[in-house]
Amino acid sequence: MINLKLTAAVAALLGMGAGLGLSSAQAQDHLKVGLIATLSGPPAVLGQQMRNGFTLAVKTLGGKLGGKDVDVSVADDELKPDQAVSKVKELIDRDKVDFVVGPIFSNVAAAIMKPVTESNVILISPNAGTSTFAGKDCNPNFFVTSYQNDQVHEVLGQYAQDSGLKKVIIVVPNYQAGKDAAAGFKHKFTGEIVDEMYVPLGQLDYSAELTKIAAASPDAIFAFLPGGMGVNFVKQYRQAGLADKITFLSAFTVDESTLPAQQDAALGMYGGSNWAPNLDNPQNKAFVDAYIKEYNAVPASYAFQAYDAALLIDSAVKEVKGNLADKNALHAALKKADFKSLRGNFKFNTNNYPIQDFYLVKVAKRPDGKFETEIVKKVFSNYGDTYAKDCPMK
Amino acid sequence: MSFTLLLIQTLNGLQLGVLLFLIAAGLTLVFGVMDFINLAHGVQYMLGAYLAVAFYGIVDNFFIALVLALLASLAFGLLLEFLVFRHLYGRDHLDQLMATFGIILFLNHGVRELWGAAPLSLPVPDALSGAVRLMPGMLYPVWRIVIIAAGFGVAAGLYLLVTYTRIGMLVRAGASNARMVSALGVNIELLFMIVFGFGTMLAGFSGIMIAPILSVEPGMGDNILILAFVVIVIGGIGSIRGAFIAALMIGLVDTLGRSFSVDILRLVMAPSPARMVGPAIASMLIYVLMAVVLYVRPSGLFPARGR
Repeated sequence: MINLKLTAAVAALLGMGAGLGLSSAQAQDHLKVGLIATLSGPPAVLGQQMRNGFTLAVKTLGGKLGGKDVDVSVADDELKPDQAVSKVKELIDRDKVDFVVGPIFSNVAAAIMKPVTESNVILISPNAGTSTFAGKDCNPNFFVTSYQNDQVHEVLGQYAQDSGLKKVIIVVPNYQAGKDAAAGFKHKFTGEIVDEMYVPLGQLDYSAELTKIAAASPDAIFAFLPGGMGVNFVKQYRQAGLADKITFLSAFTVDESTLPAQQDAALGMYGGSNWAPNLDNPQNKAFVDAYIKEYNAVPASYAFQAYDAALLIDSAVKEVKGNLADKNALHAALKKADFKSLRGNFKFNTNNYPIQDFYLVKVAKRPDGKFETEIVKKVFSNYGDTYAKDCPMK
Repeated sequence: MSFTLLLIQTLNGLQLGVLLFLIAAGLTLVFGVMDFINLAHGVQYMLGAYLAVAFYGIVDNFFIALVLALLASLAFGLLLEFLVFRHLYGRDHLDQLMATFGIILFLNHGVRELWGAAPLSLPVPDALSGAVRLMPGMLYPVWRIVIIAAGFGVAAGLYLLVTYTRIGMLVRAGASNARMVSALGVNIELLFMIVFGFGTMLAGFSGIMIAPILSVEPGMGDNILILAFVVIVIGGIGSIRGAFIAALMIGLVDTLGRSFSVDILRLVMAPSPARMVGPAIASMLIYVLMAVVLYVRPSGLFPARGR
């Protein structure tokens, strides 16, 4: 086993050397993409999904995007905005990338926005969809292949409203995104909010909150507890015997990045999404199968949105026939979004955020024993965000 | 109904307190007896949880996995002692902080390389899963009761060990004046090794016990370490009894604060600001408690004698 790994390492090193030699000789013809994602710390699994999704797309397209050989440089932002800024500056100044794809988190996106777009490099966000750049500060060099963050919370709010749930308790972390989540949910849900619980970011034990929820016995709860918080909350919610009694609605709390840890505890819980692994179209099926084969894990939305980002670059570079110097033509080509998105319906709004469908999804066990979210019903069709009207771009 | 709620929240507080005690007991022993600041205690807790998950994957039985993981934690603790800690005993606290912080980085990254960044989980053993009905509509998970029982069991065992055995006497003596103990002909290096190994095992044990409730992920020990330091500072460094009392105090204050701060504030404020201010105050409470205790008793509730 060790020998095998050693051999692989040597092979990788040699491969890298060969790659370097090649790139200095033919650097001009190569398309250069910088990937910036959180690859260390507890949220690293999200960044890995994103990197894997993008890598898989490049591989599927034969190592080329838009007919050009592509060099991908990967950088870790460590979820530190200052770190992210120096990393993207390296990507732009040293590696001379044409596109930056990333990041996962909105606070990092806010930090790298200026350094990237002001260097006239295209920034494509495969996840972070902050409201800051959706309205009057929208930017022609900035594209989003995920969603505007509020929309996911609105899916659950709309579902709660439509299905006649009357009493709901909201559980979110006590920081900006948590408050936005609660606001997004309440934007669509007009029933009674029995309680809003603002827990400290990173809280581990929810026994006190669960006891209060049990005592209030609402019809449903709405939770926005990303990453490890969600893993802990879901397991403890199930252990406290609430899962069979109180409907569990959530955003970014049960998805393929957390399900390997939540497993059976999350079965039947609801989330909101623009996609799910079982979305029925041929290219999505092929993507999910290839991803599982390559990485032995079910892809989450982070992976599929990065895959779409690669398809977007591919389509635009093809459209301008590899000439990236004419930025206006490149912007127009990107905006056309002339590719088959894994989610089906997809086009860009005036603010370069997507107009797409949103679904209620539910956790289920796959035949292979892994867990995934599956589509229950469509909640919004061709849904754009509410900030686009303030964007001066056409 | 609100009395019931208070009762259950008190139970929740006890459970958090007991967990903190399990972690803090090892830390206070090592700090008190060896005068050694071991920041790596948190990653040893994490390692206990990871080892339990790994062994569970092999033997598929929680209790066997528990025993194996405990032994592995102990072995790993002794290995660390041999490789790193032994060379730091006489050194400055700052050196110890730097070295043990390095171990945190190293192990956090190590488990990510070995087991991946995605959170893992350990199922509750079947016999102890499920919940008991305390009141109509109020269920309490059996596993949390098991944690409380285990914590009290360990506390009682430690009390007997420290109060009535020879090694316990040496530990107490070491907490008061380690150099004098050494001068009296006790093999202090062996004592240190035993104390350290035992402390690591306790950290591992708490990691194993909490793994069915929390996600097992890199960095899971970092937050809990801060709380454990608060516990040993309030309790008095080196005192098991102090750690026990302080851990329960913190568990109760934190849990009851989180449960009732908003309701209490609502009596004097409008609901919406109360919702915002309540959690902020609740998360400050334990530090306020620490400040008050340190103001009244600067060396903690139960300082080791002779310090």
